[in-house]
Amino acid sequence: MSKTLFYIILGIITVIAPFAFPAFQTQLATLWLMIIVAQSWDMTGGQMGYNSLGNIFFYGTGMYVAAVVTIGLVYPVGEYTGAAGGGIYTFTPDEYFLGMALSIPAAGIFCALCAFIIGYVTFGLRGPYFAIGTLGVAIAGGEMVSNWDWIGGGQGISMPSYPYNFDQFKTVIYFLYAILGIALFFFCRWLYQTRFGAAINAIRDDEEKAEAMGIHTMRYKLIAWAISAFFVGAAGAISAFQLIHFEPLETAYQTINLGIFMVVCVLLGGKGTLWGPVIGAVMFHVFKELTWNYFLGWQWVALGALIVVVVVFFQDGLMGYLKYKRPEWFGIAVDTKEAKV
Amino acid sequence: MSTIIDVSSVSKSYGGVKANTDISLTVETGGITGLIGPNGSGKTTLFNSIVGYHPIDEGSIKFEGQEISKKLVPEIARLGLLRTFQQTRIYGEMNCVENMLISLPHRKLSLMDAFKKNTRADRDKAEQFLDFVGLYEKRFLQAGSLSFGQQKLLEFAMALMNEPTVLLLDEPTAGINPTLINGLIDRLKRANSEFGITLFIIEHNMRVIMNMADKIYCLAHGEMLAEGTPAEIQDDQRVIDAYLGAH
Repeated sequence: MSKTLFYIILGIITVIAPFAFPAFQTQLATLWLMIIVAQSWDMTGGQMGYNSLGNIFFYGTGMYVAAVVTIGLVYPVGEYTGAAGGGIYTFTPDEYFLGMALSIPAAGIFCALCAFIIGYVTFGLRGPYFAIGTLGVAIAGGEMVSNWDWIGGGQGISMPSYPYNFDQFKTVIYFLYAILGIALFFFCRWLYQTRFGAAINAIRDDEEKAEAMGIHTMRYKLIAWAISAFFVGAAGAISAFQLIHFEPLETAYQTINLGIFMVVCVLLGGKGTLWGPVIGAVMFHVFKELTWNYFLGWQWVALGALIVVVVVFFQDGLMGYLKYKRPEWFGIAVDTKEAKV
Repeated sequence: MSTIIDVSSVSKSYGGVKANTDISLTVETGGITGLIGPNGSGKTTLFNSIVGYHPIDEGSIKFEGQEISKKLVPEIARLGLLRTFQQTRIYGEMNCVENMLISLPHRKLSLMDAFKKNTRADRDKAEQFLDFVGLYEKRFLQAGSLSFGQQKLLEFAMALMNEPTVLLLDEPTAGINPTLINGLIDRLKRANSEFGITLFIIEHNMRVIMNMADKIYCLAHGEMLAEGTPAEIQDDQRVIDAYLGAH
């Protein structure tokens, strides 16, 4: 009961926040983005033990899929990008919203398919090799897109702008992220209780043992990564609408920014827990914005120091620390009751 | 009794080291078969060959009449041929009940079943087996925090949970204190008689293996040295020499 109440209060805060703090709407939207990418990274990184540094690939790909779908519904994409801002291309509100409604799921599905294909190759790698392999995929993805003129090449691509006023636009983007984030959270909450959830935990703890017990390890690994990619891709699609103009290397396939941030969020909050990525994303975002505001010029140093401190002293994050200090809160205790068998 | 595992003329070498040379043996359905031999005689290599950890150089391995020497580890496990490890392998960050639930026989689950929660019956079964091996009280502790002997018991319970046809046990009593060993022998025998699981056991503890096995194979230097009933093996001069180092 108290849990339900807790969720209801959080839900109310989520709905009220953008109206209570209108100046922070974009900040709050970015916070939701961090929560989504952290939570979906944790699905493979924390729950399954496959630390991907390439999940940003799905973010960038999601952005480009959104652009291609939204623009392609109305104009030929090559002509649109070829004009390089020279031509006049208008989108009616109907075209804009249809594009939005179709491209967000399309981006998710496309990225899930990409995850299946890339995963089939990269899941042969273990541990640090998987991390480096997937990082390579993300970097290669950015380079490939920046050489592909049909979708704008290195110049990037522009999305149609929101047909109504700008304040409303920020609110819409906030709620798109929020809905996706909440959907992801409850999806994970359900998924981690299923046998599938247990199977990916088993892969994390001892993959050879899981194989020896007859678990379909490859199948589950691919499905987990595809689900993760679906949500990152969909979040990327929303980002595409939010940013309006984006280019491949710094915005879409931003390996050193968002690609690393999502990992740090999870490490801060606690790998392999449901709430860890959410708490970690909030902590990280607050830390990042504070340093960006008050230590400008030193912000990267502060961020680097944070990463070092987390990796050296708090590898299990906040949730891991609590689990260690207060195991009984997590139900880890000797049960002296007699077996009722 | 019929043959369930049929190993014929299997050889396996690692580079220049011949770990197994021309090994042939059979495991009878429903029985307890033992495999003994001095350290480094190739027992674990043979187990690994059977469950598909590495390709064999020559020979054939049949399970229920089906050739399995080319199959992969999970495929063989899904046929119902399961092994436990000499160094225990459990899922350290999960508690005992979760360890048990993850060991549900996935060969009997469809893809849709994997996206369901574990049922009350699954949990009851998990707790029953934990009680069977004496870990009921510790069922909510993280498996990684259990002692080595307890982890062995947990691994055994997990194997039972998987409902195997044949269970290959690699030194089930190593690292377990002597008082627990008697309990374990009893449970292994019950697993065999009550649950009808065929056992194939590597064991160094002679008292244990002589007590349990119907038939024993003895390896030395990667070759089959002797086979027979426990009584025959105990009297075999070659076995005694191998263990006491007459070679």
